[in-house]
Amino acid sequence: MNLDRRLLKFLRQNRFWVAITIFSGSLAAVFTILQAAYLSRIIARSFLQKAGLHVLLPAIFSFVIYSILRALFIWMQSFSSAEVASRIKKIIRNQLAKKLLQIGPVGIRSERSGEISNTLLSGVDALDAYFSQYIPQLFLATLVPLLILFFVFPEDLLTGFVFLLTAPIIPVFMILIGNITRSLTKKQWKTLSLLSAHFLDVLQGLTTLKILGRSRDQTENIYKISSDFRHRTMNVLRVAFLSALVLELVATLSTAVIAVEIGLRLLYAKMAFQNALFILILAPEFYLPLRLLGTRFHAGMEGVAAAQRIFEILETPATVTKTGQKKLPSVSSIRIEFHDIWFAYESGARPALRGINFRLSEGTKTAVVGPTGSGKSTITHLLLNFIQPEKGHILVNGMPLHELDPEAWRTHVAWVTQNPYLFHGTIAENIHLARPTAPLQEVIAAAEKAEINEFIQSLPQGYDTQIGERGTRLSGGQAQRVAIARAFLKDAPFLILDEPTSNLDPEVEARIQSALDRLMTNRTVLFIAHRLSTVYRADQILVLSRGKIMEKGTHATLALKGGLYAQLLGAYGGSIR
Amino acid sequence: MKTFLRLLRMALAYKWWMLLASLLGFLTVGSSVGLMMTSAYIISKAALHPSVAVLQVAIVGVRFFGVSRGIFRYLERLVSHEVTFRLLAKFRVWFYKAVEPLAPAGLQKFRSGDLLARVVSDVENLEHIYVRVLAPPIVAFFISILMWFLLGMFNPIFSLILLTAFVGVGTLLPILARTLSSSIGQQIINAHSQLSVAAIDGIQGMAELLAFGQASRHFERFGNLNQKLVNLQKKMTSITGIHESLMNLAINLTVTAMLLAAIPQVTTSALNGVYLAVLILGTMAAFEAIVPLPTATQFLDQSLSSARRLFEITDSPPVIREPDMPSPQAQDFSIEFRNLTFRYPGSEKPVLRNLSFTVPQAKRVAVVGPSGAGKTTLVNLLLRFWSFSEGDIRLGENSINAYQSDVVRNFIAFVSQQTYLFNGTIEENLKLANLQATQNEIEKAAREAEIHDFILTLPNGYKTHVGEQGLQLSGGERQRLALARALLKRSPILILDEPTANLDALTEQKILKTLWKISKNRTTILITHRLSGLENVDRIYLLRAGQIVEDGTHTELLQRNRIYARMWQIQNDFAKFEWLEQRK
Repeated sequence: MNLDRRLLKFLRQNRFWVAITIFSGSLAAVFTILQAAYLSRIIARSFLQKAGLHVLLPAIFSFVIYSILRALFIWMQSFSSAEVASRIKKIIRNQLAKKLLQIGPVGIRSERSGEISNTLLSGVDALDAYFSQYIPQLFLATLVPLLILFFVFPEDLLTGFVFLLTAPIIPVFMILIGNITRSLTKKQWKTLSLLSAHFLDVLQGLTTLKILGRSRDQTENIYKISSDFRHRTMNVLRVAFLSALVLELVATLSTAVIAVEIGLRLLYAKMAFQNALFILILAPEFYLPLRLLGTRFHAGMEGVAAAQRIFEILETPATVTKTGQKKLPSVSSIRIEFHDIWFAYESGARPALRGINFRLSEGTKTAVVGPTGSGKSTITHLLLNFIQPEKGHILVNGMPLHELDPEAWRTHVAWVTQNPYLFHGTIAENIHLARPTAPLQEVIAAAEKAEINEFIQSLPQGYDTQIGERGTRLSGGQAQRVAIARAFLKDAPFLILDEPTSNLDPEVEARIQSALDRLMTNRTVLFIAHRLSTVYRADQILVLSRGKIMEKGTHATLALKGGLYAQLLGAYGGSIR
Repeated sequence: MKTFLRLLRMALAYKWWMLLASLLGFLTVGSSVGLMMTSAYIISKAALHPSVAVLQVAIVGVRFFGVSRGIFRYLERLVSHEVTFRLLAKFRVWFYKAVEPLAPAGLQKFRSGDLLARVVSDVENLEHIYVRVLAPPIVAFFISILMWFLLGMFNPIFSLILLTAFVGVGTLLPILARTLSSSIGQQIINAHSQLSVAAIDGIQGMAELLAFGQASRHFERFGNLNQKLVNLQKKMTSITGIHESLMNLAINLTVTAMLLAAIPQVTTSALNGVYLAVLILGTMAAFEAIVPLPTATQFLDQSLSSARRLFEITDSPPVIREPDMPSPQAQDFSIEFRNLTFRYPGSEKPVLRNLSFTVPQAKRVAVVGPSGAGKTTLVNLLLRFWSFSEGDIRLGENSINAYQSDVVRNFIAFVSQQTYLFNGTIEENLKLANLQATQNEIEKAAREAEIHDFILTLPNGYKTHVGEQGLQLSGGERQRLALARALLKRSPILILDEPTANLDALTEQKILKTLWKISKNRTTILITHRLSGLENVDRIYLLRAGQIVEDGTHTELLQRNRIYARMWQIQNDFAKFEWLEQRK
């Protein structure tokens, strides 16, 4: 029946507006019935008693009043069902956003980010039809026919029975044929989307086709595939539409049967004309909500499908569980210790760190080197409290990290990533992120230190240039310097740096290098190294492999040791110096 | 209006199908009217207690209409789907034909998959133009005529009332719906895109937001935007509700007007009382044709804005002009750039400035330089994707402008950094380069590209599907397929635009090795910003800001110790770590 218990919970939370929806829908139905009663009376008295307009005016007046009230309640029903839907959408979307924050950047794998933001927007929007159309219609399809039956039975028993017998046929048929045709229509929609995918494929690959000299053949091909699709689909539809035909026939034939049946009884004076007309006017109204249920069922289906994905996210456990309230006493320098840290991803399935020990002393620079997947970024994520170790503890100036308030702790950390994310907004806003209260002068000063001020000033709109998703695209080197500017603006005592990768323009390269040198002075620094020239200058080098620290020391000591680091020095291609 | 007429002209290709569908739609609503009118007639007549025989014809009529409505609806749905599918083929072919000559320059704005997907959904919007936009007014028009005559049989005044109501409701409600919803519609689109940006920023930038302590602020902003969007959507639904309820009211007010006009006539016997119920129920049933009109105008707006976007693309002028004369004979396959200067339209800064160099037949040349130096532009000009006005590119002693662009592209096999593989089998993807290629030739090319053995390990070998449904290929495998494709084309010129840009250092080494093998005896241009393996090319040109700043062999350039040498140093500084990072 398409009722997900988790979704119904949201209905219960909004029962006031749900009740209003059902109430107005039912009242609209009551006025429909009253209208039919008055209309049949007016016609009957004019027709059979030749009653004049002046006699009938009060009844006509009532008819108009009921019409207005009916229209009003129809509107109220749609208004309140919109209210229900919008309240629920708002709650669910906010819950999702909150949950995503709890899952955290490490829990959300980047390749799924498109799908997740799609769920957050279109997925939640798809619930609209479920709550504003399908659910109310479900109530109305039960209530309205019952109401009409309630009025029809006292008027005419036989018609009541015809209604009662034919009414279940519609939902039963809908379910019976629906199941068959739904899979047919589903298949049809799937081929239709394949057809769109093919068209998209051809457009995306148009350049390739052109280079291969194949682009013109595709005109023929597109036409042929579309036509094939038409032939195949029409064969399916010929059957699929039969279900609609049956439903239509039940409704219209029942009306026809009732017309003939009451007509004949009228003929033999077993029934009054007014009652007969009343029933005839109501007959289409009786079947309408049942038929509407069929169309709205499909609208609701989409919402149910979306809900599956939504609840999957909502039921994901939070990543960081232990958080404290403590704050570091205001400090100007930071010391970090890792004591036997263990960590694994995918609840233990993918070990990342296996018993790590090291110490970052105040004001020193430590380089982390090692193969991809050796656990370098896991250390960063632990330090930022995006994840927490399974075993062991991290001490910050002697205090356990998990006892600190994460937000307060992060105010002491500046972080420069390799591929910094630029937010939709101006360049100034993007740098401001590090300290929203900073005056513009300081933003500019930070940009200057990051050697990006000159470039920003050269843009037509300077610091107000829109960047990000839909704005100007910055090159990799420019984005990296924006991230460095952020770190300068934040001016935190502890710096985590994922060194930017190669950018071949020597000029750009030199600028990034000098900006980084300036940034690293007078701070405790942990950096993931990607180049030899910076590693030389580290106070300490950690060589990581498969989640373990294989070697630890300075360049001079490690170079002589003959381990992985020494191999690195001798490796690959020509030598420098 | 002009857009609408253009659209209509294209759709009119299927005017007979559309007419048939409209006729069936008309008959469907007509059957409802018939059913209600004859039903009303039966019970009215029966109330006068005549003999059964009087009702016989009407009873047959009721049964007929009861059945015919369903059947007409069924046929109408079949025919209108037929129309939609025919329009689908028509619009897609039209769009493709219009866009094919423009690509890729004309599609540059749509480089991201998202925007292209929007184009596709715009085309889909047009496919539904008959069912959603054209059919409702046509059916309403025919029903109006039917009712005019049916009611006119009783008294022209009834025809006039119904027609006035139809025209009033059919125009006023859509106008009302439009005025109420158009500004909100725009606001919803804006709010939606703002929320979408906030969502993407929040998810992709979550690490940054958390690290800078801005997560709760962003969450709050997201919540506000969410509230705003949801409220607007609620308003929109309420507006739809308003016109639904007004439509209902309009039907009943029309019924009231009919009553007011008809009752005095019944009193004076100008109208036979039997027909009073017939009149009223017929009026109510006929409104079925008017109800869809407000939504039709909404769809009209949607279709028109889709059409406008598409016309904007298809109307853009072609970027290259084909020569009027037949293509000349190429003397050899050397390439020469002669004082070439190029700027993209609408931009003042030239991308290439007075560029001159030669690639002799069957020699290898590398063009290197940082991103933004103009390397890819060079390729676009060589492939005749853009045209230039200053300077010349000469191919086989003739200006490439003298060749038909097809002919130029036929000379060239091209491998780019992002190899596009179509949704199909590996074999189909390879065969695109040469439809006549035999299985032997395909395998030979795959062997040379050193991908044959890998293909054989796949479950269906050469018949394995690439892409969505199945196989995920690694970057290196994709590039090898691209090389195989290039080989199958058997062109004398080979152009490689950053073929290893997305690969790790180890895979890069291997691909380059294959590349040197297959580029023998071909005029080869390798465009790259990575300096690996350049000992193997005959000459290197260093491109910077659209100009050649250094050239020579790898050894010469290192000895010169200028920009190239510095780039080489930086690369080596990183290269050791790449070596380390790929160690397992």
